[in-house]
Amino acid sequence: MSGNAALGEAAILSGCSCYFGYPITPQNELTEYMAKRMGELGRVFIQSESEIAAINMVLGASVAGARAMTSSSSPGMSLKQEGISYLAADELPAVVVDMVRGGPGMGNISPAQSDYLQATRGGGHGDYKTIVLAPGSVQELTEVVPLAFDLADQYRNPVVILGDGMLGQMMEPVSFDNIKPPKEYPKDYTLTGAKGRPSRMVRSLLFDTKEEEEHNWKLVRKYQRMEQNEVRYETFLTDDAEMIVIAYGIGARIVKGAIKRLRQENMKVGMVRPITVWPFPAAILQELAKTVHDFFVFEMSAGQMIEDVRLALAGKGRIHFYGRPGGIIPTPVELYRIIGRHYYMAARRKEQ
Amino acid sequence: MKKVYTRPKTMKEAHFHYCPGCGHGIINRLLMEVVDEMGLRESAICVAPAGCGMLVYNYFDIDTLESAHGRGAAVATGIKRVRPDNLVFSYQGDGDLAAIGTAEGFHAANRGEPITVVFVNNGVYGMTGGQMAPTTLTEQVTTTTPNGRNPILAGHPVRICEVFSMLDGTAYLERVTVNKPAAVIKAKKAIKKAFQCQLDGKGFSLVEILSPCPTNWKMGPVEACRWIDEVMTKQFPLGLVKEVS
Repeated sequence: MSGNAALGEAAILSGCSCYFGYPITPQNELTEYMAKRMGELGRVFIQSESEIAAINMVLGASVAGARAMTSSSSPGMSLKQEGISYLAADELPAVVVDMVRGGPGMGNISPAQSDYLQATRGGGHGDYKTIVLAPGSVQELTEVVPLAFDLADQYRNPVVILGDGMLGQMMEPVSFDNIKPPKEYPKDYTLTGAKGRPSRMVRSLLFDTKEEEEHNWKLVRKYQRMEQNEVRYETFLTDDAEMIVIAYGIGARIVKGAIKRLRQENMKVGMVRPITVWPFPAAILQELAKTVHDFFVFEMSAGQMIEDVRLALAGKGRIHFYGRPGGIIPTPVELYRIIGRHYYMAARRKEQ
Repeated sequence: MKKVYTRPKTMKEAHFHYCPGCGHGIINRLLMEVVDEMGLRESAICVAPAGCGMLVYNYFDIDTLESAHGRGAAVATGIKRVRPDNLVFSYQGDGDLAAIGTAEGFHAANRGEPITVVFVNNGVYGMTGGQMAPTTLTEQVTTTTPNGRNPILAGHPVRICEVFSMLDGTAYLERVTVNKPAAVIKAKKAIKKAFQCQLDGKGFSLVEILSPCPTNWKMGPVEACRWIDEVMTKQFPLGLVKEVS
């Protein structure tokens, strides 16, 4: 099954009752899958007139109490930022998928990781954050998608699934057995018509600056809870590692192949793969920095996550970097050569 | 003693923030009168706009969401698809519906979404200080057309009802005004028909209401009401534009 289709099925099994999307490569298979399946199940599917309309339909469905999702790719994600900011301000749950492609501008339709900063810094206007999940395989989508819906409901905040064109397009065997029926969350904020209760209003306009500041601090406290409780990552061969590679998503998968080769030549390289790129797994890097000096950041971008690694390490150790922006997918052999060279130079530096 | 006039039950006890002579207050009241008379207080969900109408949730005692500027019809679509049995209406100004939100309004209409758009056309961006709107009349002076709207440079006033009437999804479109008592009564009837059209599942309904904005038109309230009849209705003729039986 393709990653895009698997994502769609995982969303359906997670109780997604409304999907709104606008065509853009490389995530069209997801929209097409939802068109077919949501129709079969009698759930809501709309091909919207734009990404802006899609995210606002999500907002409407969410405030009406539904589990709603939209998906897009980089240029379309830029258009969705307005709506994501409103979802965060209104404290409404939603799942937004970004199958990243090369940019900026129109860019191309090849896999890339160059929307990292947009996704992890809020992306739209105002002081807000979204949890950003970065799955690395088709099977992992079946864990990440239900989690995304649950976290969105739990925190009443949009959650972003940050994939890339490769994850969306690749075909892998996948099992959905691990997805449990969706949990019930309190919906005391939804607009259902004021039947037998006082009327409700959902808004983000707060003219009173004190009120707006308090609302902002309330959101910040929520984001702090996310930072405390929702950090997720995978470690790979870190126990004896002398160099730690930090990579996420498909990038991490290529790195894994490279590390296997490096290990065959006794180069002690391990990896930390953030699964949540926000909140970023800073604590594990700080912990590893007690014994490891060399950290290697690989991204399919010109260097965005490296900012978070720098912040996490706070001057400790040495950070190496290799990036391939523009939709280039390096091979494991290429990464094996680059990481190996840096490993060798780091070892020589230690000897001196 | 017989009570002949009272606050609609679905109107909160609050003072309007609108300028003297503004049409929004009348339109707000009409909407809640209709909600009361049709027994829709427990069903209605309103999507409020950005602009002068954004604070309707301070006055409407019904469930209300404030949408981003121009996105009302898309948000209302999302709500209505989840809650088809509720009355869902958006309240939008001319900048909101006819400029930044044209795509959302047009396509909700084209899909025949059974929602109602209450379209308040006062020919200017009111809240931001009276800039040119898509509905600003030719040669009308605004803060961004200081020498009058020149259609060669700034385009022509947009007739939303007529544009939307071409779309197969629209079921009821009427243009009314609120500049005198007889017109107010007609406006109320139009709102009622639009809501009924939605409840009957006929499709997309829209009531365009020509509304005075004395502050930004730089006129007195009486003069503004007269200007609607004498000038504005020449570009925006009143009456039923489309009704699907």
